[in-house]
Amino acid sequence: MTIELREQPLTAKDFKGKVDPDWCPGCGDFALLRATQMSVAQLGLSPHQIVCVSGIGCSSNFPGYFNSYGMHTLHGRALAVATGVKMANQTLTVLVTGGDGDGYGIGGNHFTHTARRNVDLTYLVMNNQIYGLTTGQVSPSSSVGMKTKSTPFGNIERPVNPITSAIMNGATYVGRGFSGNIKQLVRLIKGAIEHPGFAVIDVFSPCVTFNRDNTYDFFRKRVAPLEDEGHDPSDWKSACERAMEWEDRIYTGLFYQDQGVQSLHALEPILDGGAPPVSHVSEAITQEQRDRIVRRMM
Amino acid sequence: MSQGFDFSIAIGGAAGQGIATPGNILARMFVRRGLHLNAYNAYQSIIRGGHILLTMRVREQEALSHGDHIHLLLCLNQDTMTRHLRHLGPGAYAVYNADNITPGEHQDGVHLCGMPVTELTGDAKNKLAQNTAALGVMAHVLGLDFEVLESALTLQFQRKGEAVVSSNVAVARAGYEYSSAHFTPLANPLPQNPDPLAVWTGNEALAMGGAAAGVKFYCAYPMSPSTGVLHWMAKNARELGIMVRQVEDEIGVANMAVGAAHTGARTMCATSGGGFALMTEAIGSAAMMEIPVVFINVMRAGPSTGVPTKTEQGDLWQALGASQGDFERIVVAPQDAHDAFGTIAEVFNLIDRYQCPAIVLSDLLISEGTFSVPPDDIDMFPTIERGKLIRESNGDAGPYNRYVDTADGISPRAVPGVPGHVHVVATDEHDEEGILISDEFTNPIKRRQMVEKRARKLDDYFTRVPAPEVEGDEDAEVTLVGWGSTAGVIAEAMEQLQADGVKVNRIAVKWILPFHAEAVTEALSGARKTLIIENNHSGQFHRYLRSETGITADGHIRKYDGEPFMPHHIADGVRAHLAGSVSGGVFVPDQEILV
Repeated sequence: MTIELREQPLTAKDFKGKVDPDWCPGCGDFALLRATQMSVAQLGLSPHQIVCVSGIGCSSNFPGYFNSYGMHTLHGRALAVATGVKMANQTLTVLVTGGDGDGYGIGGNHFTHTARRNVDLTYLVMNNQIYGLTTGQVSPSSSVGMKTKSTPFGNIERPVNPITSAIMNGATYVGRGFSGNIKQLVRLIKGAIEHPGFAVIDVFSPCVTFNRDNTYDFFRKRVAPLEDEGHDPSDWKSACERAMEWEDRIYTGLFYQDQGVQSLHALEPILDGGAPPVSHVSEAITQEQRDRIVRRMM
Repeated sequence: MSQGFDFSIAIGGAAGQGIATPGNILARMFVRRGLHLNAYNAYQSIIRGGHILLTMRVREQEALSHGDHIHLLLCLNQDTMTRHLRHLGPGAYAVYNADNITPGEHQDGVHLCGMPVTELTGDAKNKLAQNTAALGVMAHVLGLDFEVLESALTLQFQRKGEAVVSSNVAVARAGYEYSSAHFTPLANPLPQNPDPLAVWTGNEALAMGGAAAGVKFYCAYPMSPSTGVLHWMAKNARELGIMVRQVEDEIGVANMAVGAAHTGARTMCATSGGGFALMTEAIGSAAMMEIPVVFINVMRAGPSTGVPTKTEQGDLWQALGASQGDFERIVVAPQDAHDAFGTIAEVFNLIDRYQCPAIVLSDLLISEGTFSVPPDDIDMFPTIERGKLIRESNGDAGPYNRYVDTADGISPRAVPGVPGHVHVVATDEHDEEGILISDEFTNPIKRRQMVEKRARKLDDYFTRVPAPEVEGDEDAEVTLVGWGSTAGVIAEAMEQLQADGVKVNRIAVKWILPFHAEAVTEALSGARKTLIIENNHSGQFHRYLRSETGITADGHIRKYDGEPFMPHHIADGVRAHLAGSVSGGVFVPDQEILV
């Protein structure tokens, strides 16, 4: 990450996109958008240094509302695209934004492997435990028993646990936020961007239109910041134990961080020794390289 | 240069019997003598057992196919002898381990060259000794000095140490001496041309084409028969500064490629039909976001898992229909390994210009075949044209619209990181600024404008890509039409027909989409009888040709048994069509060399 010093520091407003969000009034995604804009401003980043990659869904409209380079890609594929972006130009700060269906459902395979590879990305999942854009079906993070248009008699499948999944798959920065606590979100996002590896923040972002179960009220009664609990983020067992709690108390904050694992681009041999990004090197090979290749064919 | 020498060696055995090693040694010996090589390995998806037949055709002239004949058969097991001895004609050789293989019925004049391998090697346990002894016999039969084989063996085994080299040389020498005492060598020994050739597989050629074109990001999921591209890339990545990633699935591959290409790196990926099916949504996304990526589909016999080790031209419609919607892309089917090599650089320049995806259709025949190539023809310095790409700050502080509607439809493409050019690309329809017009701001006027802008990009395509030409006899009684990898075998079939006095010409189509409809219509308008030759059952190219030109062919030659055409299959088909003895209009040759 390059941090450029300038006389007039940018503010969150400078990261406002060209159009206003089309999210429903009261949608939890507004808070995450605001928190992200504040975070990058506070870190001194410029819009051109950031690429914000998303998939498809309400929350995946995020890049259009955020002033940076952006890619609004296919449903579930944001992490794969973002890996290509980061690996081809490691000097960029790459944010990935999307929802629970996009990330934990259709994109579940990429979630596993991006975590395992420890790609230096900041992945912000606006988890509303429902499919909103398709007008209210069960999602991979919906609770058991939840009634939706596709589960009119109640959901019989157990939900994914994004926190334990991320830790077990190898993510090296795993946090949980809540749209009702922007201060904590900013702390988590800044830490994630500065963390040199795959950072996942699962954000409770209530859907005010289609999810009547997991509302702001539901979370406000239950959320308990880990910061107040003396939790040690280097302790993955404690992190997983706390991530399994749900009924009365739901922890938020930084569950887990491992700074001892190198990111994928740091391990990539051809980027060894601070090599320039492959996106900007000269295409042509040398006569020597050509001759060596042809000699081996003779 | 005499035109005469044209000799095919087949090595047959079970997987695990070490066919590759003698194959490689022979290939090196041939190309070092300046002889052309076209090798086809008929294999199965098995690590041990089954039946493999590697056919190596060696020729003074360029070898455009693996030919029609076997002149020397090396049997590594009884099964090979039983299956193939009957294919040998007078003057051909069968080389085998006489300790455990018995020849059966055979034509008169076949040289049966049984080697007493245990006696020659003094070692009954080393199962690979027969292969080395056989190399000695073959070197003698081909009229080579032993030193030629000795140096090839040294080169092959030197990494394994002096002891391995000397034991192999000793066994080979024993085979060579035994052959000298017992077998008659070829009347016309293996010739020598002054300039040595190089050797590559089609997959290596595709990978090298990428390296030459400046590919800096390559990703793939292993899938036969495309995996050779990944292997070459992985092996050479560090030396050439190419980032190579193996991804969790082809969906990930295609999307990762789109991401890397968007940053400005030339990006390529390869797969086969099943993986290509998974890539298709991302291909459409590359078109919508206007990001150039090369997607290679090495076709194998399908559908679904199909026959992973067998060839087919069955994915044409899959390529034409890859991804939903109506969008611009280039589909090209190279005709041989050398053409595949050059095509990659050509296609990169086109897609960098037009900012769209390209699909390269190779097949198992090209990709896994082994071919000679004159080293001076390996031009690894093609012109690299990146089109309207902005990778560095140009001080332009003015408003930048990624999809600005220009006269030629092509908008300057800034990559992430460039100050003053911040924008969002989207798989949703968007306006000139990149703002979505899919949800809240749907707008038929803008939608039409953007569709037309993207379509207009390819307006000058036909001025940049050559139309196929008619080659062969004027006033031909029959015109042969093929596409992709059948070009070489059709050319050889045409030579056979011409030698018989048939007046024939051909059109080999390479650039599939956009299609040179006018040029092809004109070329075929004077044809007296048009026959279409393709390696599939339903005549995919014929249907495409008809849809683009309205031309209906007079007949067809099709093969869909997994094995490639041999020249005589096509020549026989043409003769049958000319004689009017093809019922239903489709001639399907028998695959008489069963493997």
